[in-house]
Amino acid sequence: MHSANIFSGRSFRRLTAALVISGASCLGLSAPGLAQESTDPIKLTLHDWTGQLITTEIMGEVLKKAGYSIEYVQADYLAQFAGLETGDLHVAMEMWETTGREAMDAATATGKVENFGPTGMKAKEEWWYPSYMTEKCPGLPNWEALKDEACAEAFSTAETAPKGRYLGGPVTWGGFDDERVEALDLPFEVIHAGTDAALFAELESAYQRQAPIMLWIYAPHWAPAKYEGAWVEFPEYSPECYNDPATGINPDAAYDCGKPFGEIWKVGWSGMKDKWPGAYEAIKAFTIDNDEMGKMITEVDLDGKTVSAVVADWMGANEARWSGWIKK
Amino acid sequence: MAMQGAPMLATDAAQASPPPIRLPIAWIIAIAVFVAFWLYAKPLAPAAFEFPKAWYVPMARWISSAMKWLIDEASFGLFSFTDLTRFISAVLDVPYRLALSLLSTGFLEGSGSSAVQIVPPLPWIAVIGIVMLLGHWLGGTRLALLAGGCFLFLAVFGQWTSAMVTLASILVAAPLGVLLGLLFGIAAWRWRWIERLVTPLLDLMQTIPVFAYLVPVLFLFGFGPTAAVIATLIFATPPMTRIAILALRAVPGEIIDLGNMVGCTDRQMTWRVMVPAARESLMVGMNQVIMLSLNMVIIASMIGAGGLGFDVLAALRRLDFGAGLEAGFAIVALAIAMDRLSQAAADKLSAPAPAVRHSGLVARHPYIAAALVLVLVTTALGYVMPGIRTYPAALQLSTGTFWSEVVAWININFFDTLEAIKNAMLLNVLIPFKRFLGDLPWLGVIALLAFAGYRLGGWRLGLLTAGLALFIAATGQWEKAMITVYLCGISAMLAMLIGLPIGIFAATRDRLWSWVQVAIDTLQTLPSFVYLMPAVMLFRVGDFTAMIAVVAFAIAPAIRYTALGIRKVDPKLIEAGRAMGCTEWQILTRIRLKLALPEILLGLNQTIMFALSMLVITALVGTRDLGQEVYIALTKADTGRGLVAGLSIAAIAIIADRLISAGAIHARRRLGLE
Repeated sequence: MHSANIFSGRSFRRLTAALVISGASCLGLSAPGLAQESTDPIKLTLHDWTGQLITTEIMGEVLKKAGYSIEYVQADYLAQFAGLETGDLHVAMEMWETTGREAMDAATATGKVENFGPTGMKAKEEWWYPSYMTEKCPGLPNWEALKDEACAEAFSTAETAPKGRYLGGPVTWGGFDDERVEALDLPFEVIHAGTDAALFAELESAYQRQAPIMLWIYAPHWAPAKYEGAWVEFPEYSPECYNDPATGINPDAAYDCGKPFGEIWKVGWSGMKDKWPGAYEAIKAFTIDNDEMGKMITEVDLDGKTVSAVVADWMGANEARWSGWIKK
Repeated sequence: MAMQGAPMLATDAAQASPPPIRLPIAWIIAIAVFVAFWLYAKPLAPAAFEFPKAWYVPMARWISSAMKWLIDEASFGLFSFTDLTRFISAVLDVPYRLALSLLSTGFLEGSGSSAVQIVPPLPWIAVIGIVMLLGHWLGGTRLALLAGGCFLFLAVFGQWTSAMVTLASILVAAPLGVLLGLLFGIAAWRWRWIERLVTPLLDLMQTIPVFAYLVPVLFLFGFGPTAAVIATLIFATPPMTRIAILALRAVPGEIIDLGNMVGCTDRQMTWRVMVPAARESLMVGMNQVIMLSLNMVIIASMIGAGGLGFDVLAALRRLDFGAGLEAGFAIVALAIAMDRLSQAAADKLSAPAPAVRHSGLVARHPYIAAALVLVLVTTALGYVMPGIRTYPAALQLSTGTFWSEVVAWININFFDTLEAIKNAMLLNVLIPFKRFLGDLPWLGVIALLAFAGYRLGGWRLGLLTAGLALFIAATGQWEKAMITVYLCGISAMLAMLIGLPIGIFAATRDRLWSWVQVAIDTLQTLPSFVYLMPAVMLFRVGDFTAMIAVVAFAIAPAIRYTALGIRKVDPKLIEAGRAMGCTEWQILTRIRLKLALPEILLGLNQTIMFALSMLVITALVGTRDLGQEVYIALTKADTGRGLVAGLSIAAIAIIADRLISAGAIHARRRLGLE
């Protein structure tokens, strides 16, 4: 829908073809290399954060170069699984291990949704504070500094005092922060933001006033680029730490460590590999890393470029890479 | 809410007829028993305070498996249930594609990115021109300018593309909603048993949050704009049906007699007599359908409808308040244009058509001819001058970072003051009230509700209120339901406290009232997300922010119905009051407010309904009520859990609604209005 550009080569060729042959037969002939593949549009989902728009548009552009028809559909991050299962939608480019795992597992268990492998980006999620807070709490980023009552109080508000206030992600994200506070015996109260937007609204507000705040920040995202600050360093994550109370600092409790680095997965409708085998391979081959993505997100969200312009730049600079994804 | 509302009414009524001062003894005893039970029964009957887990009814699981069966197995022999629903959405897709092609994408050959445009979409100038012609035809120059201005706003602020996508889905959803609502209304009016069946269904459709049934709708109807249209229909049709039933009933007996006398058949009676006679009220229903459809824009964008709703969400996700506000006001502009046009259409159509005969096709249809010429000329010119087809980007305006800076300025300079106000509210009002409600024994509350129902509306109502409350307890939602009651109760009270005086003050001042109307229309259609995020910046996440959002939305009916009631008071009565030497204050309290009481109570009812409908939104700023439960269920695609929580919200709404209506009837009888 986005790019019905008459003057792009492919479309133009098809237009001339349409003048000669009938419309229906031309659909089959216009891409001879992909004769056995469906010419129906592949539907990629767009969510409401910039990184995902960039990843999706890169994938979409690459698939277009390979001769596929693409359609972008705006969909909710979690509600989209209903569409992926029925085959109404086909590809979701970013499914975060940390926030989408449960929904993804439930969907893949039906056999109608398939995990297309990692995107190469890693989701970093942890407690984060702006750097001006190191004055009030000099021991940071070491997590043990938070045990200090004066430090915790510096992060407190009227409702939580004398405990510190930690603004966690929406309950749907999981993250086990309540358990972590318990296990590490931190004098903090966990408040859940309802949405990601609320989370960053609070950060923006506190940062403008140079006011205390401790909250859940994730990357790749524009926030770590815009605001100066650091992640708290908790004891390193291990699966045992989450599953086995005996492991870790607190012998009686699990979750006495930081959060895992999560993969960001590509998922999609399992019918893809039969309907569009080439596209299926291309999507599986897609990779990109955190730094690249972080840079592009910053260009869009902070420098005011459009997603399409940033994607076009990337396509120009990385031709060798993406052409590898679509070669037969 | 209802518990406090009812005794207040009773004392009020007692004042109205001074001689026999009757204390509501039954109420006093009931409340005393309740308080005693609450204070002393805890050690004796702990099960009355905390609903025993062993008694939970696994309703969520039942619903989930029923839904699974419906989606995977249900069949009518030749085709399955899913085939049927998919067929419906394929049918709906036809008019939607048509509208979308006309307004946004143009007519395409092929699909997806390889599609080729054969005919371009309508140029923006043509759309504005058509809207203005329509306005001129329906309501003259003023309306033409207003409607044109609203659409021009969309173009100037760069919202055109998204707005046309939104408009396309509204153009499909709203007429369908009106038609379906009318058909249901007629059926319910004709056959009593259909009304019995439909009425509780309407209650559920209006009170269950959309998020609760979004998952099954997506599975059944497919992911995309048509599913969004279906969800919009479920949400926006009920008021039309309700109003249709009421309006048909209110048709004067003389007209029906006349119809019978001239020998109408049943069909003629319905379509030639009843519907035209009820036209004016039906138009109110149409207006509500349009407003509610626009309310759904945000949610529709989450399931593939795109458009302005998506822009709002995306803008707020990057904290770009200006862009969010612009997209939000684009929705308001659409709403205002469509609302005023539909109202004018109502007036125009109810006036008798002038019997003028012109010769020639063009002379008979000057507006259609003008529109056709406009479309052809602009489309042709659009090939030469692209500025005619799409609004030139160079001429677009934007508020840019202005609004973000305003919020930042308030934040930096007034945060401490705001924080102090918030803390005072939280610590002295919100938290104590929340604790109070959380402490109450469920058994006692159910008994009290049953008593209130019995006193106000007989044993049927008592059974209903008790049964619904028991449903909440038995499905394990009691605690969350109490938080819901707390949040909505306090917000509704606050909305009434602010809305009543504004309504009273504005009702008698015409000029002010027209401005207030614009303000409340805006509050009702501006997506709450737009002001929710700045509110988070100033008040942090939590109940207080949620309360602000709820009050901002629920204040509209509080003002509207109060003003409506007061404006409706017969001026002769006020003259009579003046003649008898009443002061202004006496006229207000003894005449105006007394006579407007039924409307004010309806306003209270609607305020509560609006407050409840905001629950899902408040979950987005971190409240822990039933709204959050619905939201979690949505994110986990857990149909059963979502619907059970949604039904609990509906149960609260129905209890409040029935008790208040019964209270209103009660009050009216005592006042001698009936």
